[in-house]
Amino acid sequence: MTSGENWVVACTVDAIQPAEALRVDIGSRTFVVVRSPDGQFFAMDGHCSHEKVHLADGIVDGNIIECPKHFGTFDYRSGESRALPACIDLKSYQVKVEADSVYIRV
Amino acid sequence: MVVVGAGEAGAGAVTALREGGWTGPLVLIGSEDSLPYERPPLSKAFLVEEPPPGPRQILTSERLRELRVTTFFGRSALSIDRSRRTVKISGGANVPYERLLLATGASPRTLPPKYGSAQNVLTLRTHDDAVRLRAAIKPGSKTVVVGGGFIGLEVASSAVSRGASCVVLEAGPRLLTRAVPEVLARLIQGRHEEAGVQIVTSASITRIEERAEQTLIILDDARVFYADMVVVGIGAEPNVKLAEAAGLSVDNGIVVDETLTASDPNIFAAGDCCSFPHPLYERRLRLEAWRNARRQAITAAANMLGAHQIHDDIPWFWSDQYEETLQIAGICPDQPAVHRDLGPKGTVLFYLDHDSKLVAACGFGSLGVVAKEIRFSEILIARRLKLSPAALADPTMNIKSLLVG
Ligand SMILES: Cc1cc2nc3c(=O)[nH]c(=O)nc-3n(C[C@H](O)[C@H](O)[C@H](O)COP(=O)(O)OP(=O)(O)OC[C@H]3O[C@@H](n4cnc5c(N)ncnc54)[C@H](O)[C@@H]3O)c2cc1C
Ligand code: FES
Repeated sequence: MTSGENWVVACTVDAIQPAEALRVDIGSRTFVVVRSPDGQFFAMDGHCSHEKVHLADGIVDGNIIECPKHFGTFDYRSGESRALPACIDLKSYQVKVEADSVYIRV
Repeated sequence: MVVVGAGEAGAGAVTALREGGWTGPLVLIGSEDSLPYERPPLSKAFLVEEPPPGPRQILTSERLRELRVTTFFGRSALSIDRSRRTVKISGGANVPYERLLLATGASPRTLPPKYGSAQNVLTLRTHDDAVRLRAAIKPGSKTVVVGGGFIGLEVASSAVSRGASCVVLEAGPRLLTRAVPEVLARLIQGRHEEAGVQIVTSASITRIEERAEQTLIILDDARVFYADMVVVGIGAEPNVKLAEAAGLSVDNGIVVDETLTASDPNIFAAGDCCSFPHPLYERRLRLEAWRNARRQAITAAANMLGAHQIHDDIPWFWSDQYEETLQIAGICPDQPAVHRDLGPKGTVLFYLDHDSKLVAACGFGSLGVVAKEIRFSEILIARRLKLSPAALADPTMNIKSLLVG
């Protein structure tokens, strides 16, 4: 943990390549941390809102992460659902990078 | 605009028509007395989860209001008058159309009457069917599935997951003969047997009878199976009666061109009922697949509004059994495949044409691994890239890296 409340280390910076995603379990909660093609980090709830599938197994394309099961898509910057059949938005979380670690504000 | 059939394709089409800019009257006619719902969970989550989840709606009444759709649920389209451009529906109304979409789906095949009849023989297509089936597959009950295709095997997996016993009777020499290569079908069979499902291939039923509370299934080699519930999953026939009676061209589905236009330029078809030419394959296809219904609905809606889009989506299908998933992109040809062995996480097969271009891929194993392989395969198929069999077979090679060609 760093200064401030509820910041939790999710992973190291080099754990995720650009345009890739990583599943991160913190306590009983599951998040997906996405690294955009230009190298920035974002975090959302880790399960698709259509069925309980890990979004981190899907592919990252531009600002979108696509669910591996039925191709529902979400804007990983805001958690907004973008393509059916996933029609419910996901919660997104603040992220910061300090030294070589990625933190999520849970 | 009028859409007949309020399933996956019909519901997708009314949404796409409004989103595509249609502001005039929009009518959705569906013979089921319910809001459009997704069918895939009926053989999976709905049978297993406790408590049972409600139908997973594709469109809520609120969304239908927002889209300004006039709905006739629980009403069937009875006939089409092509010269007047009207659809007659049960209850008497004649609904006029400028463009009509037929999204009538398919109906499960039933066993021929010569086998006899029994109360507890069910096919699975609707939510009501699934409610009956769920009530019967309690812990300790016996289910017999006739047909080792996708629906039958998903039911088997769900039944044993709920503590029921299950026998699958398959007429062919192996499971999943229609769409799945033998190597994967054997893996899937192994997974079922491990879970306690008894698989009987080359099974030829001669009679089904009711005795006391149970149903008996008798094979021609005199083997007898007892069941509390028999589920028949032997394929489905496209619902084409309406189209046929209207004089539209029909051949294993409503015949459409590459823009999904039927033999009448004001009528379109999409989903399980539709027989369409695919630019990648040298024959017509009729797919009974969820994504096909969704994507064809979008193409058909655009073309109903005057676009001229060709439907060239790569066929894609999935099935869930136990914790595993099966995914297929393209149409697997009957030829040797390149194997990628992902150890306990699964197996993927790739099919290349004579020009080393990928035409199909299918995999069975954990969703996280198989989904990515098949998703990138789908992109590779669409891009018509030449690929090296050795690279495809190498499990350490990231398939995404092949995209750069
Ligand atoms: C149990 C089950 C599990 C499945 N699992 C999978 C899976 O895992 N993966 C996958 O890819 N696919 C799966 N599918 C297939 C998928 O659900 C279908 O491909 C899809 O539903 C087809 O959509 P459709 O709109 O063409 O037809 P449907 O969803 O069948 O809708 C057609 C509708 O039209 C109505 N209708 C027919 N005639 C008329 C008429 N004259 N007037 C008014 N209404 C009419 C019907 O009552 C029906 O409601 C599954 C199907 C079932 C049944
Ligand atoms: S589970 Fe994500 S789109 Fe269906």
